[in-house]
Amino acid sequence: MTPSLADLRPGQTGEIVSIDCDRPIARRLMEMGLLPGTEVRVIRLAPLGDPLELRVRGYALSVRRAEAARIAIRARGM
Amino acid sequence: MDVRVPQVLIAGNPNSGKSTLFNALSGGSARVGNYPGVTVDRTSAHLHLDSGPVELVDVPGTYSLTASSPEEQLAVNALLERNTRAVVCVVDATTLKRGLYLALQLIESGVPVIVAMNMMDAAERMGLHIDTEVLSSLLGAPVVPVVATKRRGLDALRRQVERTLRPDARSKPPDIGYPEALRADIARLLPAIEKWRPHATANEARAFALWCMLSLGDDDLVGVPEAVREIAADLRNQAASEGRNPHLEIIAARYDWVDDVVRRTCSERAPQMPFSEKVDRVLTHPVAGILIFALVMFGIFEALFAGAEPFMDAIESLTTSLQDLAVAALPAGVLRDLIVEGIIAGVGNVLVFAPQILLLFLFIGFLEDSGYLARVAFVIDRVMKGVGLHGKAFVPLLSGFACAVPAVMATRTIERRRDRLVTMLALPLMSCSARLPVYILIVGTVFAGMSVGWFSAGAVALFSMYVLSVLVTLGAAAVLRRTVLRGPTPTFLLEMPPYRWPSATILWLNAWRRLRIFLVDAGTIILAMTIVLWAVLSFPKSEEVTERYEAERARIQQMDLSAAAEEEALRSLESAEAGAQLEQSLGGRFGHAIEPALRPIGFDWQIGVGIIGAFAAREVFVSTLGVVFGIGEADEENKPLRQALRDARHADGTPVMTPLSGVSLMVFFLLACQCMSTIAVVRKESGSWKWPLFLFSYMTVLAYLASLLVYQGGRLLGLG
Repeated sequence: MTPSLADLRPGQTGEIVSIDCDRPIARRLMEMGLLPGTEVRVIRLAPLGDPLELRVRGYALSVRRAEAARIAIRARGM
Repeated sequence: MDVRVPQVLIAGNPNSGKSTLFNALSGGSARVGNYPGVTVDRTSAHLHLDSGPVELVDVPGTYSLTASSPEEQLAVNALLERNTRAVVCVVDATTLKRGLYLALQLIESGVPVIVAMNMMDAAERMGLHIDTEVLSSLLGAPVVPVVATKRRGLDALRRQVERTLRPDARSKPPDIGYPEALRADIARLLPAIEKWRPHATANEARAFALWCMLSLGDDDLVGVPEAVREIAADLRNQAASEGRNPHLEIIAARYDWVDDVVRRTCSERAPQMPFSEKVDRVLTHPVAGILIFALVMFGIFEALFAGAEPFMDAIESLTTSLQDLAVAALPAGVLRDLIVEGIIAGVGNVLVFAPQILLLFLFIGFLEDSGYLARVAFVIDRVMKGVGLHGKAFVPLLSGFACAVPAVMATRTIERRRDRLVTMLALPLMSCSARLPVYILIVGTVFAGMSVGWFSAGAVALFSMYVLSVLVTLGAAAVLRRTVLRGPTPTFLLEMPPYRWPSATILWLNAWRRLRIFLVDAGTIILAMTIVLWAVLSFPKSEEVTERYEAERARIQQMDLSAAAEEEALRSLESAEAGAQLEQSLGGRFGHAIEPALRPIGFDWQIGVGIIGAFAAREVFVSTLGVVFGIGEADEENKPLRQALRDARHADGTPVMTPLSGVSLMVFFLLACQCMSTIAVVRKESGSWKWPLFLFSYMTVLAYLASLLVYQGGRLLGLG
C-alpha cells in the first residue's frame, strides 16, 4: 500500500505522489502549493493528535489527518 | 463612460501585511462599507496623488483568485470593475512562492500590477536575497521593496502607482507553459467568455477562461452565464474521460513557473523560521501548550467579564443620571417618558456593549496579528471537529459566556459563510453574563437555605446551568450542521504564520472600526426596539387606574401623617400604580393572554410580563418584575422582590415559585433568545432578517419544550 502523508511522523519528509481528496479540497490543497512532486515535511502533531503541521514551499500549513490520509507520498529518510 | 474615481486595489495573501500597508498608505483615514450582497467589509480610502484622487480598496486577503462562493468572488469582481486601474499585490518576501502564485494570477489578467515586496528586512535576516530587478523583468510588473510596519519604501511605492496610472502604462503577462490540451480547452471557452464580457482584452478573456475552469463546478457563484457553465461542464467531462485533470494542469504550470522565477532571483539558501519554530515548540507542546492556551483563554474571559465591568457600570450610571436630569428638566407626560425610557435608555442599551466589543476585538486582533490565533485553532480543532465546527469557532464560543453580541461579531475570523452561520446561531446558547442576575434572583427566591449533600442547592443549580449551556450549544451546532446548514465538517487548511509583534495602531484602528460599525448598524436596531418595547409596556394607559390612584393619593395627603411617613406612603403608592398600569398595558395584557401557555411550564402572567420586558436584555427581567409586583426599582438581591415572588399564588392558591418552577424558569432563560441586541447583531452579521428570526424561533421553541420537560417531568416525579 502506498504510504500517505498521515503515516509520516514529526520530522519526516515525503514527496507528494497524488492527491485523492474531493475536487474542491484537492484544488485548495494544490493552490496552497501541495502538488505531485512537492516535498513536504511533517513538523508536529497538535497536542490532541490532530491536525498536523506541515512545512511546504517554505511556509507552515496545518491540515487534518483525514485530508492527509488521502495524499499519497513517496517517503524519504524513513 | 465611467466617471467614478479610478480605483487601485490592494490584494495579497492573508498575513502578508496587506492591511498594515493599506493603513500606512491611507494614514488611517479608511471608511468601512459593505460589499453588496455579502457580509464582507469593504475597506477603502481616498488617496491624493499628483495625478489626482484615487480610491484605494483593501481586497480581503486571499491565496488565489479562484472562487467557489460569492465571498471568494469579491476579489475577482473587484478586478473586473471598469474603474480598477491598478493592483498593488502585497507579497510577503518570507513566503515568496505562495505570494507570487497570487501575483501571477493578477498579472495574467492584464490589469497593471505593482508587486509590493513586503518584510524585506525579515527575509534578509533569514539570509534570503531577492533580486527585485530581475524579478520585475521576469514578472513583467514593477517590484517595489517595502517594510510596511516601518513605513519603509512607501514613497517609492506611491511613485510607482502614479507611473502605472499613466494611460500608456501596459503590462505584458509572461508566458506560462500551459500544456497543449489545456490551451485547446481555453480556446473552446473563449467565444462564450467574449460574449459575456465584450470589453475584455485578449489577456483578460484568456485569464478569465482559466478562472472559469478552476472555479466552476461545485460552486455557488453568482452571475455566471449558463452558456459558460455548460461549456465548462463539457470540458470537465471530456478531460475526465481522457484521464486529464485541468485543475492540476493549471496550478502545476503556474507553480512550475513560480519555482523557476524564484530559482533565478533568490539566493539558494532556503528560508528558515528559527524564531517561530522555537516559540511553537512551547506553544503547541502537549502540556505547556495546552496550559498556555488555557491561560490565554482565561485572560480573554477575565477581561470580558471583569475588565469591562467598570466601564459598563460607568455607562449605565451615566445613562441613569441623564435620565434623572431629563426627568427633572422636562414636564411629566408621554414625551418625557419617551425620552427617558425610550431614547436615553435605548442609547444606553447600545453604548453598554462598547467596552466588551473594544476589548474582545483588541484581544482577537492581537491573537490574529501575532499569529497565535492560528495556533489556538490548531490546538483545539480536534474538539471542535466533533460537532462540525472549525477550530476558529472556539474564541467566539468562549466569548459567548460573557456576551453574545461581541461573540457574534467575533465569528468574522471564520472564513466560510456556512461555518460562520453555524457558530453564530449556536453561540447565543452559551450562558452569558446577563443571565446571571436572573439566575441569582430565582436561586435566592426558591433555594434559600436548601442544600444538596455538601453543597448549597443554589450553587448546584447555578453550576448545572453552565454545564447545560455548553452541552446544548455544542449539540445545537452539531444539529444545525446536519439540518439547516447541512454540509461537511469544514476542512481545516490553515496557514501557521510566523509569530510577529502586532502594531498597536492597527489593533486600535480595527477594534475602533468594528465598534463604529456596531454602533451605527446594530445600534439603530437596538434603539428602535427599545422604543417599541417601552411603548408596549406603557400603553394604553388606563384612566380608571389613574383616577383610582389620584383618589388614593389625595386620601393619604389628607391624613395626619408625619412628612417622612407621608413620603413613604406616597412612594409605595406610586410603585403600586406603576404595577397596575403595567398590567393594563399591551405587554401586561399579552402576559395575561399567554398565561394558558405558561401554566404548563410553571409560570403565571406576572412572570410572562417579566419575560416580555426581558427581551430588552435578560437582566431587565428583574427590574420588570419589580414593577409588576409594585415594588419599584429592584435588583436581584432585593429582599421585598424575593418575598413577593415567594408570596405569589396561582388562581388555585398554590405558590407560583417553587424549586421546580424556579428550575424551569432558569432553563427557560438559559435557552430562550431573550435579547434584542443579539437579534440586531445577527441581523447585521448574517446580512438578512432570515437568520435572526430563525435564531429567535428555534431558541424559543427549544426553551419552551425544555421547561415543559423539566416542569411536567418534575411533577410526575412528585417534585413540585
